[in-house]
Amino acid sequence: MLEIKNLHATVGDKEILRGIDLNVGAGEVHAIMGPNGSGKSTLAHVLSGRENYQVTGGTVTYQGKDLLTMAPEIRAREGIFQAFQYPIEIPGVSTTYFLKAALNAVRKHRGLDELDAMEFLSLIKDKMNLVEMSQALLNRSLNEGFSGGEKKRNEILQMAVLDPTLAVLDETDSGLDIDALRVIAGGVNALRNPNRAMIVITHYQRLLDYIVPDFVHVLYNGRIVKSGTKELALELESKGYDWLKGEAAAVH
Amino acid sequence: MATSENKESYIAAFRKLRAGGALAGPVWLEQLRQAGIASFEAMGFPTLKNEDWRYTSVEPIATQSFALANGEAKSIIGAEVFSRALIETDAPRLTFVNGVYSAALSNTTSLPQGLRLGPLAEFIDQGDASVAAQLGQLARAEQQHFVALNSAFLGDGAVVSLAPGCRLPRPVYLLFVSTAGAQPVISQPRILLLLGAGSEAKIVESYLGVSGKAYFCNAVTELVGAEDSIVEHYRVQQDSELGFHVGTLAASLARNCHMTAHAVTLSGALVRNNVRVLLNGAGAACVLNGLYLADGKQHVDNYTLIEHVSPRASSLELYKGVLGGAAHGVFNGKIIVHKDAQKSDARQTNKNLLLSDSAVIDTKPQLEIHADDVKCSHGSTIGQLDADAIFYLRSRGLDVAAARSLLSFAFASDVVRRLGIEHLRQRLDAYLVGRFGAW
Repeated sequence: MLEIKNLHATVGDKEILRGIDLNVGAGEVHAIMGPNGSGKSTLAHVLSGRENYQVTGGTVTYQGKDLLTMAPEIRAREGIFQAFQYPIEIPGVSTTYFLKAALNAVRKHRGLDELDAMEFLSLIKDKMNLVEMSQALLNRSLNEGFSGGEKKRNEILQMAVLDPTLAVLDETDSGLDIDALRVIAGGVNALRNPNRAMIVITHYQRLLDYIVPDFVHVLYNGRIVKSGTKELALELESKGYDWLKGEAAAVH
Repeated sequence: MATSENKESYIAAFRKLRAGGALAGPVWLEQLRQAGIASFEAMGFPTLKNEDWRYTSVEPIATQSFALANGEAKSIIGAEVFSRALIETDAPRLTFVNGVYSAALSNTTSLPQGLRLGPLAEFIDQGDASVAAQLGQLARAEQQHFVALNSAFLGDGAVVSLAPGCRLPRPVYLLFVSTAGAQPVISQPRILLLLGAGSEAKIVESYLGVSGKAYFCNAVTELVGAEDSIVEHYRVQQDSELGFHVGTLAASLARNCHMTAHAVTLSGALVRNNVRVLLNGAGAACVLNGLYLADGKQHVDNYTLIEHVSPRASSLELYKGVLGGAAHGVFNGKIIVHKDAQKSDARQTNKNLLLSDSAVIDTKPQLEIHADDVKCSHGSTIGQLDADAIFYLRSRGLDVAAARSLLSFAFASDVVRRLGIEHLRQRLDAYLVGRFGAW
């Protein structure tokens, strides 16, 4: 579904990604771990098409198409969803209002009829329970005054509504207490299915106790230096990232 | 110079009208008009040298000759203007065309008990004591150029008077339509709103320009809020591309009177809104909400002055502007806390969204505090659409144009959602979608 080959990217004049190779198949959950500054979030931003991230080399192919030439909204409509580490607050627009507009943009692109207000409300009601969000919260301005946990739950709700093919979860666990983490992981797990792939980016192993990945990759200094199964995450947890730095130095 | 010639032409017109007996009336009215023309003669039109007019040149108004309206109501189709003016047609309503009262376009049947609603000229003719006592008390001709001009030619307008304890179930609508005359027309309506003790009302002034020609509307409203009264005042103003508009609201709030004044400016070539509030009794409270949109070469200036005279009064002010094209916006918000106004609570915010590189905003908050135990704050922001917010919306599937539309709408609708009339909220939100584009 997603093939990343020798991906290089810079922010400003600083090279952050220095040759990423990654293949993600349908239904798979890949965890990307790594110390701060290793390039985890940059990878997420490059996939969602954020400005100020310059791809300087390599290719990203998504469902057989060149992802890097697509505008951010086209990527979204083609089924890529990023759950942001720091969701934006937008005063004056309720989550319901905004999400209906987003869903209809996506549906239109996919050749589906747009939903009217009633149809949308019944759709969102089902999804709200998934992440334990109230209608009152959804009627408030998007993320304005939301707690950290509420913002992250809102991201997962949006993911549930937009029904992506590839979801990229960027540090979704950051700033969450254990109860909020459980709710969010429960929502994410409910959305796992054979047609949907996920890339879960995290600094800590903790999240992976709840969202159990099929594959774990360790990013260091802009490259994937080690890949394995979920056991690799446990090994990182006990040994820390320092031993990898030694390995990376030995490899290169 | 054209400006002073024009000043002279207003004075000449005044003398001619007076000689012809057109400005007849009781002694108090005669005095009010005389004081008006005397002040106008002394001051003329304001210039940029006047501190309160630093950013707004009224030269386009001062150099143009306007004729007094003769009330051409024939061309007005009621249903059409009511809809455009955002009016609920089954609510009480007075309509004025070019400043002249139109009974046919008004709705004064089966008014609730305790409400007196009618054209000002009728109240004057009937020798109404409260109108005689109140008119001209709050909107003073001295120092205020356009109040002086309005007072000099004081003729007709609207009166809304609530008996003590009267609570209106529906809003009252006052509609002022400016339409084409043989030559550029001036209308100067005068509005008097009297809220008896403990009364409650929502009063909407809607100004609509339907003329493709230049005109000038110079409206003055005086609002007297007695003890414990609760009033929501709305000013919805949609002037046409060549329309000039100066609107003044002068309000005085007695003990525990609560006033919310909404000022919504959607269009006009040159618009100046003056809001002057006296918090004249302990525990009085005012909320001022403003929304101003301007495009092209439009100029819109909001001047607000809140005076905390008595202790424990509060004022909460939020004005937001969205400026595109080469539009020029001005916000001049002044708060004065007098010596005896201890425990005053005054908060003022002005936020501006610039949609183009050529749009300009001048924002000038001013606090003048003479008491020591007060809470006062003010802040103003000027910004463009947030790039992070645009990206967030794009990452959810909205294109750039849709994201910009949605964010502009959100910025403006933040004021709309504070309005206390559902009908206005719905219509204004729909207007904003039309203005900024659907998504």
